[in-house]
Amino acid sequence: MHDMIAEPLSDTSIATAVDGRVVRLSAARPGDAGTIVDVRASTKAGDHGVDAHELHRRLLEFGFVEGARIAVLHEGAIRRDPIAVRLDDMRVALRRRDAEDVWVRLDPLASARA
Amino acid sequence: MSDAALPGARVALVGNPNSGKTALFNALTGARQKVANYAGVTVERKEGQVTSATGRSISILDLPGTYSLRARSPDEVVTRDAVLGKLAGEQAPDVIVCVADATNLRLVLRLLLELKAVGRPMVLALNMYDIAQRQGLRIDLEGLARDIGCPIVTTVATRKRGIDELVAQVDERIRAGALSGGNTWREPNAGEIRDAHREAQRILKAHVRPPERPDTFTGKVDSVLLHPVAGLAILLAVLFLMFQAVFTWAAPAMDGINAAFAWLGGAVGQLLPDGLLKSFIADGLISGVGSVLVFLPQILTLFFFIILLEDFGYMARAAFLMDRIMGGAGLHGRAFIPLLSSFACAIPGIMATRVIDNKRDRLTTILVAPLMTCSARIPVYTLIIGAFIPHRTVAGVLSLPGLVMFALYAAGIASALGVSFLTRTFFWRGAAEPFLMELPTYKLPDPANVARNLFLRGKIFITRAGTIIFPLMIAVWFLSSFPGAPAGATDPAINYSIAGRVGLFIQPVFAPIGFNWQMVVALIPGFAAREVAVAALGTVYAIGASDAAQATLGSTLAAHWSIATGLSFLAWYVFAPQCASTLGVVKRETNSWLWPGVMLVYMTGLAYLAAFVTYQAAAAAGLG
Ligand SMILES: Nc1nc2c(ncn2[C@@H]2O[C@H](COP(=O)(O)OP(=O)(O)OP(=O)(O)O)[C@@H](O)[C@H]2O)c(=O)[nH]1
Ligand SMILES: [Mg+2]
Repeated sequence: MHDMIAEPLSDTSIATAVDGRVVRLSAARPGDAGTIVDVRASTKAGDHGVDAHELHRRLLEFGFVEGARIAVLHEGAIRRDPIAVRLDDMRVALRRRDAEDVWVRLDPLASARA
Repeated sequence: MSDAALPGARVALVGNPNSGKTALFNALTGARQKVANYAGVTVERKEGQVTSATGRSISILDLPGTYSLRARSPDEVVTRDAVLGKLAGEQAPDVIVCVADATNLRLVLRLLLELKAVGRPMVLALNMYDIAQRQGLRIDLEGLARDIGCPIVTTVATRKRGIDELVAQVDERIRAGALSGGNTWREPNAGEIRDAHREAQRILKAHVRPPERPDTFTGKVDSVLLHPVAGLAILLAVLFLMFQAVFTWAAPAMDGINAAFAWLGGAVGQLLPDGLLKSFIADGLISGVGSVLVFLPQILTLFFFIILLEDFGYMARAAFLMDRIMGGAGLHGRAFIPLLSSFACAIPGIMATRVIDNKRDRLTTILVAPLMTCSARIPVYTLIIGAFIPHRTVAGVLSLPGLVMFALYAAGIASALGVSFLTRTFFWRGAAEPFLMELPTYKLPDPANVARNLFLRGKIFITRAGTIIFPLMIAVWFLSSFPGAPAGATDPAINYSIAGRVGLFIQPVFAPIGFNWQMVVALIPGFAAREVAVAALGTVYAIGASDAAQATLGSTLAAHWSIATGLSFLAWYVFAPQCASTLGVVKRETNSWLWPGVMLVYMTGLAYLAAFVTYQAAAAAGLG
């Protein structure tokens, strides 16, 4: 599944993401919407107080799974963190650093907006 | 109980957080456990009884909400152990009732698939069905039931709808018996979680049509309340309004209660002859207990705000807005709600830390929770502010006492952040745990529920006054009255009493912070419950008073204390660990005497230091 995903974009280029680009959820901004295409267990261990596989499973159990619809709704005032997202039928708040391993294919419309 | 032949049965309520398990539990058993609109309200197991139409007595177990049986935090461990029958002296439940929020089915369907592996008969309660219908959500109940392999009952827990049907279904499952297979549950790996999600998604697609009128209210409100600038401003304004209201709205009712007790004291004074009995009733009971009961209106005002915010669904938003600030102090995002609950009382606040998975995050939160201004401090603050802070209006609308109150709350919050920051910097480095939090949909608070909760809080406060404060006041009265003054004594009689002697003996330790011996006497029973300090001051000063003048306690204090002493007392109470039951709960939750000990030492140290600085500074400024 991993090979069908475009190379990660640098965080600064997100705002100008074009049609159907795939971005890390941690770099998305309010207004971005799309479909989750990959949830990985790749972040270096120790970054989260738990290992990458544990974070991976927690994300999955919370509904961050491939195919889920996601839209970023809000972000915090300080360093734009945390973010509030709409994940299918529920709203979830999470910190950007915990969202690094969630990859989202942005909708053409949302990308065009930028 | 005519049908003694029917064996009893045990049923566990399991489901995602905030799906209405406790509301359902209350509806089933008539209990009054706490229900509120955020995830993680229930952190303990609670048991209740219901009798089915066939006469079977069924014991119902309310459990903390969870997204999976793979328990990570202490509250989820409770749920897992109860479901798997791992708790000491307890078997696995006979039937599992999986409680689902009908408007948010995907995650609970995955949980249900996981629960199936436990091998117990199940019933799915589709709760919040009123909201589902309002939204025009179409669920093919028969198809869904067939697909997941267990009966479905639609319920509206808050309106007690569908309760009888649920009990009947459970009864039926028990009667059919033998259905339960072996327990094959084990921790799923990532691949299995994905597979279960895919299956849940398939089931959803097949039997549920998306709502015709989806909820747009929550999104609209959030665009204001979660706005990076406006949202924070509103949060501050709400807290500010809350403390102003505690001070201003409650005033008329408090004046009324004060007047009633003054009248009562006067009437008793007229009826009874001078002597011990009169002193006991007028000084011990009426002055003591009355000086605490007078704060009922303020407690109710505070809880009114908290209950409204909880029921509306604002708590999780406030946690979102504060996350970065709390994170900067090394606190976990999930620490916010426990800390906010500590405004009411540190004990439920400390219990609520069970939602935090990481042990160190949890311990840090437990250690700073008592620094949040609990409602038992309100009587102390109000009394001293009323006595020493002039009732002026600032900037046209704000009352000066309200501002001081706000400052005391702010001091509590700031010190909690500071202590947590120091702990994280010097003792426990390391990254914080991941933080994922559901933001519930807003719900308009139900007036009946708000009234019920307020009534409950009022009852707790009055019961406390009757069961803890009342006996303590008898003790304080006794110790302040005996032994009486020897013949030819020149000092007031109370100076010769046990309390007077103890107070005078310890007082030098407190001299640098400006406390007189009466205050020292009040601190001792205040250790049992903070508001008792106020009651004890009431009694000590009433007994010590030379004439029977019915002065309010506030004016007595204003006459006897310097402003510096008053301010020092306030500073002391911001930090003092003046409540033995909090230390008891810390012992229970951490399973060691080490942490209550640490808490006692660090908080007393802070209290003494703060009072010292305050007193010396105020004295130097000429207020001594
Ligand atoms: N409209 C409506 N609201 C409901 C219903 N059931 C529960 N609620 C509300 O949903 C919220 C959550 O209810 P709780 O009973 O506290 O949920 P819980 O599952 O016990 O939550 P946790 O203990 O945190 O796991 C509260 O605001 C309830 O008033 C229902 O059937 N209809
Ligand atoms: Mg509950």
